[in-house]
Amino acid sequence: MAKLGPAHYSPYPVAVYEGILTPPKGKALLFTEIVDEEQAMREAAKAMLTRENATIFPGPQVLYAWNDEAKEKAKLIKEMAQILDAKIIPMYDYRPKYPKIDPEVEINPNHPNLTIWHNKIKACIFIGVHCHYANVALKIIRSETDCFTIAMCSQAGHEDAMITLRDQHVEEIEKFLEVAKEVKKELGKA
Amino acid sequence: MAYKIYKVNEEFKDIVPEEVVELEEKATWGNPKRGVMDLPVTKELLEEHSLCAGCPESAAIRYILASLPNPEDTIIVNSTGCTSLVFPHISLHTVHSLFGNQNSVASGIKRVLEWRFPDKAKDVVVLAGDGATVDIGLDYTLQSFFRQEKITTICFDNEVYANTGGQESGLTPKGHVFKMAPKGKLFDKVPMWQLAIDSGCHYVARLTVSSPKKVERVIKEAIYVARELGPTYIHLYTPCILEIGLNSDDGLDEMRSRDKERFAFFEYKTPHAEEVIAKYKAEGLL
Ligand SMILES: Cc1ncc(C[n+]2csc(CCOP(=O)(O)OP(=O)(O)O)c2C)c(N)n1
Ligand code: SF4
Ligand SMILES: [Mg+2]
Repeated sequence: MAKLGPAHYSPYPVAVYEGILTPPKGKALLFTEIVDEEQAMREAAKAMLTRENATIFPGPQVLYAWNDEAKEKAKLIKEMAQILDAKIIPMYDYRPKYPKIDPEVEINPNHPNLTIWHNKIKACIFIGVHCHYANVALKIIRSETDCFTIAMCSQAGHEDAMITLRDQHVEEIEKFLEVAKEVKKELGKA
Repeated sequence: MAYKIYKVNEEFKDIVPEEVVELEEKATWGNPKRGVMDLPVTKELLEEHSLCAGCPESAAIRYILASLPNPEDTIIVNSTGCTSLVFPHISLHTVHSLFGNQNSVASGIKRVLEWRFPDKAKDVVVLAGDGATVDIGLDYTLQSFFRQEKITTICFDNEVYANTGGQESGLTPKGHVFKMAPKGKLFDKVPMWQLAIDSGCHYVARLTVSSPKKVERVIKEAIYVARELGPTYIHLYTPCILEIGLNSDDGLDEMRSRDKERFAFFEYKTPHAEEVIAKYKAEGLL
């Protein structure tokens, strides 16, 4: 994504309108640039470790124990939160809530900005959120907030996030944890 | 099994809200004997709803959800109308179709499921209002019966277009006046249960939702017959207390009074449907 939000409370122009596409296999996206995965991981870790109230938003694909990969990822995400000194707020389903969500305990893709505003979150990681809901939520977040978004995606990535890491499975997440530990040390926070 | 999707990873049990953990631990999954008697002691599949307080549609939906024999492998197709306010809050797969074409959408889903999971029972249930089922969607409803689609269609008959503020529907009784039907309905209520029989449904029932146990039995029979034979149809009276000027606690009395007249319990089963029901009874599932 080209710029950090808030983009005048409108998700438009969305990243694709500006010619930004998801990165090719083996690469990552850092704002508008296609970069090596490791570089993007370093920047992601730095953003999470230096911006206020960094939070991980795990979605249904990692929250529920529906296959072995999800169980493995759950352990890694807990570790990730420790390394990044981040909070975890789940996106446990996508149902619109009535009359409104409790922004302290959940994030909802239909109005993710409420959780970000309420908790003053300045950096976040989306992981395990189904593509279409991540697409919607990331656009809303950029339009309504100044939160730095990182998509840790098991498929092709999300061009609307400020950093997108694609094909992130257990092995890649383990690599990210190592990178994050190094960055933390470099920042003198370890 | 499909209800694995409700199993929260141990690592996250402390961060997801209690009601989500309860869905895994206290809802009735994998138990076809579940029913309305579980309502007070188990976790419901409806977290909350935004219908008017005391709306009988909300009672109906709770009884139906408690009675589904196979909720983890059930897909609900719904349509626009007051009921559609409930569907976003249900913990099952639901598909919101365009107003009126719910039975076409359900037909497609059922066919794909049969092709994709030939060895597994997957139930498809349509839930829609009288406007959606009998007026704007009548063609699609009947065509799905003609085609012998293996789906259960449930009509929430409140005898009015409630969600849009009180227009008469084909199911409004003759003479009834509504806010936006000031001259009174000029023709008779459409006998939808009879059309369902004539169009090839194997099981048809008409009732109010005044008796939860009766609703349970009807729902289970209709679903099992649809699974094995073809279309089934349930016609429920769920009065719109708002449009007929009743209070929140009047819905049950209204239904009880209609139990004795135009919604007197009526049931139809083909001989094949009787056989299916007898088989499930022998298995202790009915
Ligand atoms: C294609 C289409 N036509 C019309 C509407 C407007 N509309 C919304 S709800 C509704 C009435 C629903 O009546 P009914 O099916 O009886 O459900 P109820 O609200 O009474 O439960 C109508 C006409 C719509 N949403 N879509
Ligand atoms: S308008 Fe009528 S049918 Fe709709 S929720 Fe209210 S009481 Fe129920
Ligand atoms: Mg109606």
